[in-house]
Amino acid sequence: MSKSLKLYAGSALGAAIILTGAMNFADRNITQLPENAAVMGAAPESPDTMFIAAATASGAEAEGPFGLGREALPEEIAAWDIDIRPDGKGLPEGRGNVWDGEGVFVEQCAVCHGDFGEGVGRWPVLTGGFDTLTDQRPVKTTGSYWPYLSTVWDYVHRAMPFGNAQSLTDDEVYAITAYLLNMNGLVDGDFELSHENFSEVTLPNEDGFYMDDREELELPEFTRDPCMENCKESVEITMRAAVLDVTPDEAVQTMEESGEDHGTDMAAADDGAATEAEADTAEDAETPALDMALVDEGEKVFRKCKACHQVGDGASHRVGPQLNGVMGRELGAAEDFRYSSTMEEMGEEGIVWTEETMAEFLAKPRSYVKGTKMSFPGLRSDEEIAAVTEYLKSFSQ
Amino acid sequence: MTTSFKGTKPSRRQFLSGAAAAGAGTFVAAQARAAGDPAITELQPWTQQLGDGVDVAPYGMPSEYESHVKRRTVEWLTADPISSINFTPLHELDGIITPNGLCFERHHGGAAHIDPAEHRLMINGLVETPLVFTMQDLMRFPRENHVYFLECAANSGMEWRGSQLNGCQFTHGMIHNVMYTGIPLRLLLQEAGVKTEGKWILPEGADAAAMTRSIPMEKALDDCLVAFKMNGEALRTEQGYPVRLVVPGWEGNMWVKWLRRIEVGDKPWHHREETSKYTDLLADGKARRFTWEMDAKSVITNPSPQAPLTHGKGPTVLTGMAWSGRGTIPRVDVTTDGGITWHQARISGPSLDKSMHRFYYEFDWDGGPLYLQSRAHDSTGYVQPTKDQLREFRGVNSIYHNNGIQTWYVNEEGIAENVEIS
Repeated sequence: MSKSLKLYAGSALGAAIILTGAMNFADRNITQLPENAAVMGAAPESPDTMFIAAATASGAEAEGPFGLGREALPEEIAAWDIDIRPDGKGLPEGRGNVWDGEGVFVEQCAVCHGDFGEGVGRWPVLTGGFDTLTDQRPVKTTGSYWPYLSTVWDYVHRAMPFGNAQSLTDDEVYAITAYLLNMNGLVDGDFELSHENFSEVTLPNEDGFYMDDREELELPEFTRDPCMENCKESVEITMRAAVLDVTPDEAVQTMEESGEDHGTDMAAADDGAATEAEADTAEDAETPALDMALVDEGEKVFRKCKACHQVGDGASHRVGPQLNGVMGRELGAAEDFRYSSTMEEMGEEGIVWTEETMAEFLAKPRSYVKGTKMSFPGLRSDEEIAAVTEYLKSFSQ
Repeated sequence: MTTSFKGTKPSRRQFLSGAAAAGAGTFVAAQARAAGDPAITELQPWTQQLGDGVDVAPYGMPSEYESHVKRRTVEWLTADPISSINFTPLHELDGIITPNGLCFERHHGGAAHIDPAEHRLMINGLVETPLVFTMQDLMRFPRENHVYFLECAANSGMEWRGSQLNGCQFTHGMIHNVMYTGIPLRLLLQEAGVKTEGKWILPEGADAAAMTRSIPMEKALDDCLVAFKMNGEALRTEQGYPVRLVVPGWEGNMWVKWLRRIEVGDKPWHHREETSKYTDLLADGKARRFTWEMDAKSVITNPSPQAPLTHGKGPTVLTGMAWSGRGTIPRVDVTTDGGITWHQARISGPSLDKSMHRFYYEFDWDGGPLYLQSRAHDSTGYVQPTKDQLREFRGVNSIYHNNGIQTWYVNEEGIAENVEIS
């Protein structure tokens, strides 16, 4: 009796024995394949070609059907199938006007894109740029470059706001889309966009695209015997990278030297300097002892906050304020951040971020601070809240 | 700072200012002749004392002397570090396989951390039966193993207007080459039963960008894979754990990571990443769309600005990578004089379809200036063009698909720089 059969001899399920035995046999058979001249053909010329033959042999596996998986339920498909096409397929019923769009845009989008879609920092410019596509520096916006309005609707709906995707209502997406059209001068201020008139709106650059034609245009030109000898008379340098000098330098990429405001400097933190930063934090944390395990836990939870909030060395405001020193401070007190009026008023009344207020806020942000700009729905568990609070405390001492 | 020569990485500025350790090798050699090399004559601690026990690193990491071998980002390229990019250190690698931890990252909504037990893959749209698979279901389909390169369409995109970034990591590092283990997408589509009018698929990611791209059915049924392993182990988080799409030879953006859904439709969707982005604006203000295939390309990785020649004149190994989205690379030419004379390089290692190839050219460096270029030929007969040839067709606003020939100028000190030449 073979070793494998002995192993399975005690099994009560005869079928299982047969099945396993069959697989075991198949497995061995596969390992023997290379010795089979009929399958491999003539002896390959070199190890390399043997590798190719083995790697490109395909169609050997069974083609099914395998009866795997289960039927998707209509409500499951509805939850995930949110894509929109230029012909309007997938567009849900709804409506929104320019006026409402401006309100939502200023609250949800302007922090990165600017109040008028002009773009803050290197965040995308959404408006203008008409007739610049042949310029030295083309400005590719929803107005000047995007071919279809459905693309705008679909993208805002699936991926915006950055860090809180798929949180906008359908009507809000209609409204933002209407506002973008208005800012691009394509509709009047009293325009309302809905599923009914959606297909009537065309974007100026719809005809600015055509199918890849490299095969006809470039490939014939680039498919020819190249020169190998005496191909040119002389060689001169016409351009050098050192002139621009924009390459990141190892020597200036360490955390110590990026002490000045590097804005969004998380890359430097990845650069192995993160351990230094952590060590510093631990040293500073001599006053009320922190639960470091909880801080670590909180760092993981903070991933949910990271898209909008920065904390630590060089943290700056993004969609949300930077959070250094937040614990123990009044609400709405970080300098140079535009808070909601409620948040500011609560701070002025002397309400301070403590474990208790933070817990209340993070459980249900919009009910604790009515009108808060933070669109994050809140953390589900008390454990997560405690952990992230401890993590924030580590940057507040 | 270690005294080991390999571990010493003088900064680029030091190199450019001429203060490189170019003579270090010669110095050590001279010392050795005088009094015997202390690396040999003195008892080394690692020879005398015991090393680490077996379980010091249950998941092994590279030697501490290799800590400079890492992905690097270019901060000014993107608005923030989440929807951003970093680059594979090509100049530190050899062979054809990219180690998993060095594969460049490009995320549009950050690298999602997904519990595989909570992950589902749905196939819906124009199919007989819309289906949902768990990871466990997927593991029961037949698998295949293939080595493919993945190149971002924007690789070398910063170089359209001229030499900009000094280092092949930055000019060419949006590429990696790994062995994928995955299920032929064809089998999953057949399981759901594609209706005759189903001509396109829309893969979608589960991340915060919910990445989508339209892919023609012909490609989907041809060689696409739904992959869960890279180089034998689970996909890395940043490469789409637990499951990603593999679209061999086509631009990296289409290889949707954290794949959660595939819809079958009768027309393309024209979503953001195939209209606003990943379209190639030409000089006349019109743009090419659906430029999926990656043209044949190559780059010399050593020497290059981050890997100068530090050994002085004499025997020198030039090496680099070549690849094509249309097949294999039967031939690579290299020149050391800026293209007056070309030589056929030696390709070593497996030559696989839509995979990176490794080439070498050994020569005696006379200590004079070098103008290094490489030129890939692919199995369709296509020959990698010069940057100027590309500009003639496309202008300088394309951003994507820059596969022009790269030039490194190496001066008498062995310092290399990204340049363009006549």
